[in-house]
Amino acid sequence: MKDPKIFGLMAEFDDVNSAITAAQSAYSAGYRKMDAYSPFPVEELSEAIGFHKNGVALICLIGGLLGCTGAFVLQWWINNVSYPINIGGRPLNSWPSFIIVTFEMTILFSGLSAVFGMLALNGLPMPYHPVFNVPRFEAASRDKFFLVIFSSDIHYDGTGTRQFLEGLNPVSVAEVPS
Amino acid sequence: MAKPTEVEVGEQKAPVIQPGHTFASLTDKIGNIVLKRPITGGWIFGLFICFMILQWFLLAVCWLFYKGVGVWGVNIPVGWGFAIVNFVWWIGIGHAGTLISAILLLLRQQWRNSINRFAEAMTLFAVACAGMFPIFHLGRPWLFYWLFPYPNTMTYWPNFRSPLVWDVFAVTTYLTISLVFWFVGLIPDLATMRDQTSNKALKFVFGAAAMGWRNSVRHWNRYETAYLLLGGLATPLVLSVHTVVSFDFSVGIVPGWHTTIFPPYFVAGAIYSGFAMVLVLAIPIRKFYGIEDVITMRHIENSAMVMLATGWIVAYGYAFEAFMNWFGGDKYETFLRWNRLHGPYAWSYYMLLFTNLVVPQVLWFKKARTNTVLLFFVSLDVLVGMWLERFVIVIVSLSRDFVNSSFGQYYPTQWDWAIFIGTLGFFSACMFLFMRLLPAVSISELKTLLPQAEVKVEHAEEVHDL
Repeated sequence: MKDPKIFGLMAEFDDVNSAITAAQSAYSAGYRKMDAYSPFPVEELSEAIGFHKNGVALICLIGGLLGCTGAFVLQWWINNVSYPINIGGRPLNSWPSFIIVTFEMTILFSGLSAVFGMLALNGLPMPYHPVFNVPRFEAASRDKFFLVIFSSDIHYDGTGTRQFLEGLNPVSVAEVPS
Repeated sequence: MAKPTEVEVGEQKAPVIQPGHTFASLTDKIGNIVLKRPITGGWIFGLFICFMILQWFLLAVCWLFYKGVGVWGVNIPVGWGFAIVNFVWWIGIGHAGTLISAILLLLRQQWRNSINRFAEAMTLFAVACAGMFPIFHLGRPWLFYWLFPYPNTMTYWPNFRSPLVWDVFAVTTYLTISLVFWFVGLIPDLATMRDQTSNKALKFVFGAAAMGWRNSVRHWNRYETAYLLLGGLATPLVLSVHTVVSFDFSVGIVPGWHTTIFPPYFVAGAIYSGFAMVLVLAIPIRKFYGIEDVITMRHIENSAMVMLATGWIVAYGYAFEAFMNWFGGDKYETFLRWNRLHGPYAWSYYMLLFTNLVVPQVLWFKKARTNTVLLFFVSLDVLVGMWLERFVIVIVSLSRDFVNSSFGQYYPTQWDWAIFIGTLGFFSACMFLFMRLLPAVSISELKTLLPQAEVKVEHAEEVHDL
């Protein structure tokens, strides 16, 4: 039951353990389109809403491989194809001396891929998001924990979901306007 | 996974955070330094002094660019004067920040969470200072981009077999990765600042910088992966950077440079001087900003112990250098040993031994490690010592190498000193601004150290929907 004016329902919790329990109950009740918010990373909380894997490591690996091969191929091409210089008959492809730049570029590309990949997957920068319409949500970066069930979830139902959230012993439940 | 419980430690060790803090009190404690604390006369005075030194630096750099490197004391045989000494010294100082943020992260040393932010800032500013010197030394600094491989009308490429080109790649990678590591760590705290302030303009600035971070656990999950990966990548990176810096020397054949002990010995020296700088900054900062309950004696003592340990690795390096000078049997190396002990620069070698090896031995005593005033001066002494080490390596070796007819002396000019002291002003001015403009301690990471952050809920039955 999708309501375009409502983004979802937000429940506020005082401590990390009740937030995890609530998220687990919501997941067991069949809710999938939801999110939890905490002032510091809590692995168990993302597990509880059913978020187990992320693609950051893969992006980082791909970036690293690109940086590694790119840097080596560039050096090889420069010294063998673009500007070969014979210095006393020494080999043009003197690969041991190319390793350092190859290594540095591997680190640079994998590091930047990890960061930009993380930001891209998180959809940041994001100038507007409905959760900020709830004034109490400012405490998410301070000391409170929040669970939001989105109105796009198939089990979402204005009154039913509110009753469900109120049954989880939250500090408060609020509607999130979209 | 074991959650941090180090907050509850025995009587022996000082706690990482003084007991009694809550999530809210930590947020206020750190956030209010930026948001609420009035601007004090002491801060203005300190910034003013540093800013004036910075102006002196600017003047010296303008004069250098106008006249050329001839305003420095460098000449043949000593073509690498203060510029390279200062470059190696500054970049070494930066290493402690990465050690704290990356290596201690991988080693699960939870105490790092209180000091990593300002140590990373220190790294950034130190690497910025370091990076300036090779560019100043280029002679035509406006052509610095020739160091990078880019297609150009000269159909010309950098020489990838040269350690100096390796250095360009190592240092720029290090600066970039340090910057993103620091910034990624800042994102959640910028969001906290955005939510804490009631000032519209500040809210906008912090909000834009936080890029809409909303503390979603999905975001945190990816964030933690990215942060851990960065830690894993920065660890070999930081070891490689000073290794590559040492290649600038050890790939050459100058007596005293051509040795395989240089990479580990340079890295240890870097961490040694870096922790000295961490202490020089942490001791006054925790005092003046009243954050002694967050940066506790535990941090101070641990840093002192890292300093003592790396100091001994450096001592091992000195001993082995001397041994190889003798054991190698090379007459130029033998002369180098004589020259260091009895030559015109012998004073610098004896001062180096005194400042780097003798003085820091007081750190064996717990009384010394917990006496912040004494520790502050020992750290300053180590910074001087590590600067002298680079002076001995660069100047003593170059001034008298193989042929007597090419022996010469190096005399730094006032412009050498102005640019060196100027970077100290630049560094301190940046630190003064950083302390007041951004949260100096990672708020979100501090919160994970509190007992309230401990998860006691059992894992629900496995409900994976992969």
